[in-house]
Parts: sequence; structure tokens; C-alpha cells
Amino acid sequence: PDGCSVGHGPPGPLCPGPESCPVCVSFAGGSLTKLAYYSTVQHKVAKVRSFDHSGKDTEREHEPPYEISVQEEITARLHFIKFENTYIEACLDFIKDHLVNTETKVIQATGGGAYKFKDLIEEKLRLKVDKEDVMTCLIKGCNFVLKNIPHEAFVYQKDSDPEFRFQTNHPHIFPYLLVNIGSGVSIVKVETEDRFEWVGGSSIGGGTFWGLGALLTKTKKFDELLHLASRGQHSNVDMLVRDVYGGAHQTLGLSGNLIASSFGKSATADQEFSKEDMAKSLLHMISNDIGQLACLHARLHSLDRVYFGGFFIRGHPVTMRTITYSINFFSKGEVQALFLRHEGYLGAIGAFLKGAEQDNPNQYSWGENYAGSSGLMSASPELGPAQRARSGTFDLLEMDRLERPLVNLPLLLDPPSYVPDTVDLTDDALARKYWLTCFEEALDGVVKRAVASQPDSVDAAERAEKFRQKYWNKLQTLRQQPFAYGTLTVRSLLDTREHCLNEFNFPDPYSKVKQRENGVALRCFPGVVRSLDALGWEERQLALVKGLLAGNVFDWGAKAVSEPWLVDSYSEWLQRLKGPPHKCALIFADNSGIDIILGVFPFVRELLLRGTEVILACNSGPALNDVTHSESLIVAERIAGMDPVVHSALREERLLLVQTGSSSPCLDLSRLDKGLAALVRERGADLVVIEGMGRAVHTNYHAALRCESLKLAVIKNAWLAERLGGRLFSVIFKYEVPAE
Amino acid sequence: MRRLGPFHPRVHWAAPPSLSSGLHRLLFLRGTRIPSSTTLSPPRHDSLSLDGGTVNPPRVREPTGREAFGPSPASSDWLPARWRNGRGGRPRARLCSGWTAAEERWLLRMGAGRLGAPMERHGRASATSLSSAGEQAAGDPEGRRQEPLRRRASSASVPAVGASAEGTRRDRLGSYSGPTSVSRQRVESLRKKRPLFPWFGLDIGGTLVKLVYFEPKDITAEEEEEEVESLKSIRKYLTSNVAYGSTGIRDVHLELKDLTLCGRKGNLHFIRFPTHDMPAFIQMGRDKNFSSLHTVFCATGGGAYKFEQDFLTIGDLQLCKLDELDCLIKGILYIDSVGFNGRSQCYYFENPADSEKCQKLPFDLKNPYPLLLVNIGSGVSILAVYSKDNYKRVTGTSLGGGTFFGLCCLLTGCTTFEEALEMASRGDSTKVDKLVRDIYGGDYERFGLPGWAVASSFGNMMSKEKREAVSKEDLARATLITITNNIGSIARMCALNENINQVVFVGNFLRINTIAMRLLAYALDYWSKGQLKALFSEHEGYFGAVGALLELLKIP
Repeated sequence: PDGCSVGHGPPGPLCPGPESCPVCVSFAGGSLTKLAYYSTVQHKVAKVRSFDHSGKDTEREHEPPYEISVQEEITARLHFIKFENTYIEACLDFIKDHLVNTETKVIQATGGGAYKFKDLIEEKLRLKVDKEDVMTCLIKGCNFVLKNIPHEAFVYQKDSDPEFRFQTNHPHIFPYLLVNIGSGVSIVKVETEDRFEWVGGSSIGGGTFWGLGALLTKTKKFDELLHLASRGQHSNVDMLVRDVYGGAHQTLGLSGNLIASSFGKSATADQEFSKEDMAKSLLHMISNDIGQLACLHARLHSLDRVYFGGFFIRGHPVTMRTITYSINFFSKGEVQALFLRHEGYLGAIGAFLKGAEQDNPNQYSWGENYAGSSGLMSASPELGPAQRARSGTFDLLEMDRLERPLVNLPLLLDPPSYVPDTVDLTDDALARKYWLTCFEEALDGVVKRAVASQPDSVDAAERAEKFRQKYWNKLQTLRQQPFAYGTLTVRSLLDTREHCLNEFNFPDPYSKVKQRENGVALRCFPGVVRSLDALGWEERQLALVKGLLAGNVFDWGAKAVSEPWLVDSYSEWLQRLKGPPHKCALIFADNSGIDIILGVFPFVRELLLRGTEVILACNSGPALNDVTHSESLIVAERIAGMDPVVHSALREERLLLVQTGSSSPCLDLSRLDKGLAALVRERGADLVVIEGMGRAVHTNYHAALRCESLKLAVIKNAWLAERLGGRLFSVIFKYEVPAE
Repeated sequence: MRRLGPFHPRVHWAAPPSLSSGLHRLLFLRGTRIPSSTTLSPPRHDSLSLDGGTVNPPRVREPTGREAFGPSPASSDWLPARWRNGRGGRPRARLCSGWTAAEERWLLRMGAGRLGAPMERHGRASATSLSSAGEQAAGDPEGRRQEPLRRRASSASVPAVGASAEGTRRDRLGSYSGPTSVSRQRVESLRKKRPLFPWFGLDIGGTLVKLVYFEPKDITAEEEEEEVESLKSIRKYLTSNVAYGSTGIRDVHLELKDLTLCGRKGNLHFIRFPTHDMPAFIQMGRDKNFSSLHTVFCATGGGAYKFEQDFLTIGDLQLCKLDELDCLIKGILYIDSVGFNGRSQCYYFENPADSEKCQKLPFDLKNPYPLLLVNIGSGVSILAVYSKDNYKRVTGTSLGGGTFFGLCCLLTGCTTFEEALEMASRGDSTKVDKLVRDIYGGDYERFGLPGWAVASSFGNMMSKEKREAVSKEDLARATLITITNNIGSIARMCALNENINQVVFVGNFLRINTIAMRLLAYALDYWSKGQLKALFSEHEGYFGAVGALLELLKIP
């Protein structure tokens, strides 16, 4: 049953990164080895750079406003792989081949396998095995995923739809109770990053299920035992309350199905019991017992969040169900049983973090790479044998290191309850079906766009095809298992597509389109500003808003917006504008081209003239045709050259351009660049403007802020418009003032 | 720890192999005493009174029951000498005070139809007794036939169940010889409210039925004369046997002697038989015409509900169903107050982990509250008791005695609890369980876990080689250790949550189960760093039945 620990590189076909770096570990538990390693991933990024205009006085009409270059960039990525212990030697060989010329002398290992395979590893790799404490690693890993992976934790309800309910990341993860069900059970109270305490445990755990189950049923494998249990009837073996009370339990208000004595019937009858029934009874006995102890400990320490992990749980719906039942029963609903999507990796992640302490991975933020991660339940025993054969062997998790830490927007009304996404597609089967089909149908176009964006590349078509295959597979997985990557949302579908494009070196398929549109829009800017300035104040306000909305439509070639507006609080906004100016506005921009240049900038300019400072936040990395931070810098510079208002505002730092920290067409206000958050606080932002469908409708439509906010979009999707009660190109103009 | 011999005498309940099991699964089989194998009746109990028919000289007791229980020489010689310095000699007899209030409640309950309409029942019962008069009791074929009628004829008034109708109370005691006129009045009032003999308390659990029977030893000649034959035969049958059928056992060593209950002096007997023999018991009640006695069967436990209908339709007996936990607590408090034939009822273990130094010592439960009460029957109930009337059920677990025995049956093929325990006493659980040291090579210091602690029960059984290397005895031992440790662990957590530091373990799982008791004692002490004390009680499994009897007698 012992897993093992290993070095850094996975066996050949699994190896994704070109420069796997050997800071690494692996872990034990069950018959699987978990391996964690750090790699630097080299991939192409599109960079924009201003032409040097100093020597020229005139600008040619069709010259692009800036140049694009594709550069190699190296980013850090964390890889976690699990595979069956039988592959340990192949794995060690692989590591050995890749460890040549590295300075690594020590390898971190944890879990029972750390002892078992220590000699093998040391001999093969000539590395010193540094054994890390299992629980310390587990807790480090748990803290890490709870902080860094959205929708990491979930509750499991077997008979509801969806079965998985993912939790939004809580800004304060401490304190919590971690119940690790390995061979035995450890119950740990985690109070801070470094402070935790073993508060109790039980010897009745996964090993008891496995060992006792093997004795009773002659079934040797853990998964098979679970499978037996899922088909059994425990009431044939257990003595239930109704067996003791007869039919009277109802009048007494007792539930007759409660177990009075586990295996109680096997003591009184001279009969044979089926393997299935005994396995089921055993499963109930152990799950109930663990749940009861967990509740007793939770009560003693006044904790209501209990995370369960260990090989007994590990994605097995059968055990998650019985544990959840037990917790609900014993705590009367006061304690929540939570499970983790990456529970199997906690030890490996923790051991890795310990080994990488000098680099302190905790100072960074990390993002789950949907392209490189296999989803939850891939090793579930309830899958078909073919699926299991494929996925049981290994399972992947990749996390990209983000260059800057991400934090909550300080203006969120209640960070713990903030949910970015408007529609939960795991919950809403109709919407899920629509959007999955929608993304499937759009795939051809995306592939074409990707190929077209790299006309000079010989293998673009081939890579684009690989991208198509990968994303298509992801969509199919999500059709079967909508919960595979946490709550399924339009945002996660969009993000997955971006990750897959990046994976095949299509960092910015829209770069050329954006370049051209920005050029066109820039040339129109002076005229637009002149005509706006010619309008009266009230007319101008409406024109500015329409400009924001219109720019938002152009990318889809819309001719006209639908009247009347679907959500219309314009008159309240206008009334507000007649009052004192805002101190500082935070604007989240959407598209490149007309939107940013002819929609957002004139609006910004008006705010500046009112005496309002502006923070303009654009994406750190490319996503569709959204304007990136670096593009926004060039655009702003060019506009400043044409417009003294913007020019002086930039110079005087009344207009600030910042990056969001995101590369998504949507917006998660709980994961924003730390610099942005600091600036918002420093400048005392009192107005937030969010524009575009991705940021203001798919996400944040219901976001509650502590200050005034404007959410603007044109619904460019007939299905969604209908859902919201409007028509295609319906306008959303949502001006909100927080309640006093 | 494993070497320790049992503190309790072994009482085997297996039938002698010569008897056909089909026949002897029936309880109280025609009153025939099953020839006991030598193990059935340990010599230490030889002084036990088997002559239920002896008529004691009539005495009038103070209703306050001041008799001291002298140390019983009968069953103490197997105890270490140090055990005897308990509370011997202290007057512990229970008073029947507060009687009237309880009486009212009782009458109310009876009148509320819980036992049906007494008068009607009486008539019907008489008929039944007549019609079944042809039934013969073995060993007394002739005498009983006319008894029911005779008794009634000699009574001044017509008896009725529960004495609910005025003037129908049966004057069973006839006349007393020698009571003073002052006490006579009190005795009279007591007598009137006293239920009819026989006095039973029944606790029908998931696995075992526990029956307590009060055998009056102060029966006057006149009473004896009046006593209906079926009543007499019950008394004689119960008191002169130690085994009933193949599965019924009287725990002779637990008998409480010279107990005063409701002004009557006698012995309290403790009998058990498996719940699956309940139908036979009811059938016997029918055969013996119990219903003619108009006795009230006070019963508790789930079986009181399960078998209620059978009692009524087959045995023509109306059960008075009582709350399980009420009875349990009542029973414990009462039994603790009367002591154990002059010795202490409650005890604890000193140095439980050390076979050499381990001692069973009496514990004076003079400050019983708050108390955590852990009742380990087939399943486990845990109660926090704050006073006589204030308690709550904290939690329970399905991993109890039934789980131990059930798993042992499956794993070892054993057929009796005694056999399972006997196997466990010879096994080595460390071959089955994975210990902390098996994983960490020693103590797990990071968490302060000692190397000897069990990390995973049955954890070694994940490996095929180790599965093949263990014996049935090892498996029995591991099962026992697993269940016991788990109960200890849950009890400890409950004690912490409820802020209680004395934990009393009762229930039949602990019967002749010194391994479990010492383990509980040790585990509680170790993991609580000495804050918690595990206490045990001699009559471990019988408190519910005692509580039911007390309800019958309306003892508050």
C-alpha cells in the first residue's frame, strides 16, 4: 500500500516542460506515487512595442500604431503527477537522465514510501533522500491549495444535482480541522500557516476497511472493496433500530434505519453473508465512526469547517457520501464536511514547498492550468473500466506561477460571499448544454484565427489542430463531468480555451487584429472628441455612455443596439453626475480598438475634466481581443500625444494605467493584482466601472461593492439575452449605489 | 496485559453437547433443570440459596430498611483480599420513601389504560388459567391445578392488576405476626400499594434479555399457604436453577441477598438469555399461565416495543413499557446505593496496563454527579448524568458488543461470546494491527504518539502475507482491542465536551471481559493525561432490568 517518493521528472510521455527543474518531491499513500516538480516553461508571448517616432514628423496613414514581436518567455510551473508504484523504476530512470548537470543533491520525500523506496532512490539517483514529515507536508499542501486554487473545496451530496458544490475561496482559511483518513485517521487543527496541532485520531480508518474487508470478503484491492460496498445492503448485516424495536420505532420518533449495532446480525444468525453486504456494512461502520469523532473534535474546538482527505476519501463518491452523511447526522448539520479537488496531491505539494522554502513559493500566487490538469474523479472507481485503465495510472495537476500576487479588490462588500460568476453551469443543466455547444461550434473559428495569427509559422496548422483536439476533449470531459475543474462557468470555459491556446504556442491569436483596430480607432480619436465637445453637457453624457456601449458591440459587428435598454438606470447616473465629482474611478476595460480608444478614453477624459482621478485596469496577458496592459500603455501614450487632457493627467498621475493580474476575458474581483488593490486603497476609489459582457454579465453581474458602480454591456448572445428577458443586443446599464 | 486472568468467574452458557439444541433453545423448558456441566456452577457459589421454598420467620421490617448487609461469605473468596475493604457493613438498603407521589403516578398510568381494563382482564385471565390448568409443571405435576382458584377464594377481595379499582386490592400477606401497632399501619399502607408477586424487571436488548427477579424470603406460612402454585413454581424454578434451557443463565455470583424492597425482604436474582429466544420465553409465559397471576411485566429496551404485541396475543400479558435510559440510570443509582452484598458495587483499576501490579479496587461513588455513563450493549449509548432526574443522551455508536461478537463470528467462526473472549485472551493483536512503530519505526514525536499505539486497526491485514500469518485468536484479540479502543476514544471526547471526569462503563460487553475493562481504564487515563477515571460496576449489564423492576415497585 505504500506509495513512494521520487525526484523530479516524470516518465517520458508524461513530461511536458522542456526544462524540468529538479526541486522536487513525491509522496506516498495508497498504491500511488505522487511526484511534484518545478519546471520552467518556455513559451512564446506577443510583445507590443512603440515605434520610435522621434525622428519622424509625419505619420503615414496605414502604418500600424505599434509593432508586435513574438518573444520567448520563461515562466515557472508546478507539476504534480501521480502514478502507480509499479512504475517507480521507470520514473527513477527518467529522473536520473534529467538530473545530470543539475546541482540538486537532495530530494524531498514523504509518506510511507519515503522509507520503503529510500534506498532505491538514493542508489539510483545518487541523491540524498530528505524525509519530510507526512502531516507537516499535508497541511502545507492543504493551505496552499485552499489559498491558490479557486473552487478547491467542495461539499458532496449524492442525491442532489449537482453532486458537487464548490466553495468560493474564503479569504480567511484558518482555523480549520483536517481529517486525514489514511490507514488510520489523524485529526489536525490548523490555526495558521505554521501552527497546527494533532488533536486526535483513530485507528479505525482506511486500513481497517481494507484489511478487515480483505479478511471478510477475500477481496484484495481497495477499489474492488469499495465497488463491492457500493452494491451491498448493510441492513442484512447490521442490527438496525427497527430490528431492536420492531415496528414501534416510528411512534417513538426514531429512525428505524439507524444502525443500532454494526455487524450485529452476524452475531445472532447462523447464516452466510454476501461479500457486498459485509463490505457495505464495514464501510458504514468506518465512515460513521470517523464522522462521529470528527464532529466531537469540531465541537470541542468550535470549528465548523472540516476538510477530509487521505486515500480512503480520494475522489471516491462512495466514501464521500457516507462521510458526509455521518457528519450531517452527528453534527445535526452544524458541521460541514468538505473535500478537496486536489486532495491526493497535498503531501506532494507540501513536501515540495518544504524543499523550495528558500524560494518561498508562498510569496507568489498560482493559477491552476486547466490545459495541463486532469479533472476531478478521473480515478473514480465508478468510471468504466476503460476510463479507469487510462486515468488510474496517472493524473496531473499543473499550476502556473503568477509573477505577482493576487488579492481581493478592497471594494468588495463582503469578500467571503463574493461569487464572480453569474451562472453556475454545474447547477444549470440547460445553460451548460447551451454553452458547451456554443463553445464547440465556435472552435473552428478559433482554430482558423489561431492559424491566421501566425502566417509565418510552418507548424501553425499542426499546432492549431492539436489545440482543437485538446480543447474538444476538455469540452467532452466537461459534458460528462461538469465538476471536473470546480464550478463550471462561462469564465472557466473561456479560461480553459486560453490555457489550451497557450499550451500550443498561440499566445495571442488576436494580436494583429487588435493592432489594426487600434490603429484605425486612434486615427478617429480627435474627431470623436471634437464632436463630443460640441455637444451640450447632458447630451454629451448620453453620447459618452453610448460610446462605451457601442465600442463594446463593434467586435461582433453589431449595427444597432436594441431599444429600450434591458436594464436602465441611466437617469440615476445622470442625476449623480450633476452632483459632486467622484474622487477616483476604477475602470476595467474590455476590448482593444474602438472600445478602448473611442469608448473608454473619451469617458475617462470626461471624468478627468470633472476632477475625478482614473485608474484604468487592463489584463496582464492577452485574452481574445481584450486590450492588454501593455497595449493600453501605448494607446494612452498615443492619445496623450493628441489630447492635452489625457497628457497632463498621465503626467500628473491623475490617470493611472495598471494591470489586473489576469489573462481572462472575464473578471474575478477576488483575484486581482496586489498593486491594483494597493492603488485603489491609496487613491480612495469611490466608483467602479465594469464594461463588457465577459466582465459585467458573465461575471460580476451580481457583485456587491462598497462604492458606486457602473456595469455596462450589450448582450451579444441571443440565448443569454432571452434568458435575461430581452433581445439580442439588449443593453445593460446598471448603476448601483450601496445601501447606506 | 494479556496475561491477566479474569476477575470474574467464567460462566459458560453453552449447553452441554449431549442435549439436542432444538429442544433446549426453548427457555424454561417445562421447568426441567438442565443438568449443568461442572462449569455452569462454580463452586464458589455453593452457598447460594437454592431452596426458594424456605419460609423465613415472619418479621416486620422498618420501612426505612435499616438492615445492614453483612459481607457475604458466599462469593467473595475469589476476590483479592483488598477488594473487601469497600463499603461493607454500611447500611445501604433502599427506602421506599416518596411512595405516595409515585403511587399516584402509577395509578394514573394504570388507569390510563396502559394495561388495559383490569377488571375485564381479570375475568379473562381467570378463564385462561382454568382452561390451561391442565398444563403440568414438571416436578410438580399435581399441585398447581387448583391453585389460582384457591388463592382467590381465600382472599377477602378480588385482586386486580395494578390494584387500580378500589376494594380490589388483594390482601396477599394475610396477617402479620408480631408487628407493632404503629408500624402496622405503615406496613399496611405499603402492602396495599405493593404490586403482586412475582416481581420482575425485564430489559429486552438487541442481543440479550436481562431479567431481574426478586425472590421474597420473608414469606409467612400463611402466605406460603395462599401462594398460588404457578407463582410458587416460578419462584422455585428460577431460584433452584442456574441455567434455563440451553441459553438462559442465572448469574449466581451477582445475586443480591437480603435486600429490602417495598418492605419485603428477599434476594434479587439476575438472569439473562438471548433475545432470539424471546418467543420461547413468551410461549412459556403462556404455558405457565402467567397472565393468571396478574403480575405486571415492566419491560424496557427496544424489545419491549418489538415484542409487546407477542406478549399480548400469545401470552395474554400486557407489558408496561419503560424508557430505556430512565431505567438504566435508576437501576445504576439504586444498585450502587445498596452495594454488592456488603461490598462496593463500583470499582476501578489501578495500574491497568501492568499485569503484575494491576489491581481491581473499590470506588466509592459518593459524588456521582456529573457522570458520564457509557452503556455498552450490542451498540453503545453515552449519557451525561447531572442528577437523579437530569440526564441527557450525548451520543451513541453502533460499534459495540454486537460488533465485536459479530465480527468475531465472521472472522473466527466462534459461536459464543465466551468463546470469542477466550480466543481473544490467547491472541496477539499486534500481528493484525499496524502500530505507530510499524510506520515510523518508533514514536511519532511530531504528534506525540507512542510507538505502541495502534495506527491502523487491521492495518496489517492489507498485506496478503500477513493475512496468511495470523491466527483466529489474533483476529479475535484485534477485534476486541479495536472496538474497545474506539469506545474509549468516543467516551473520552464526550467527557471532554461535557466537562465530566468520571466515566462509568456498564453493559454486557464488559461481562467477563477484563481485557476490555483494563484497556478502557488504561486508554482513558493515558489519553486524558490522568484527568479521566474509568469506573465499572459489578452488575454491568443488568441496570436497565433493575430500573424496570424499580418502576414496577414505584420506587422513585
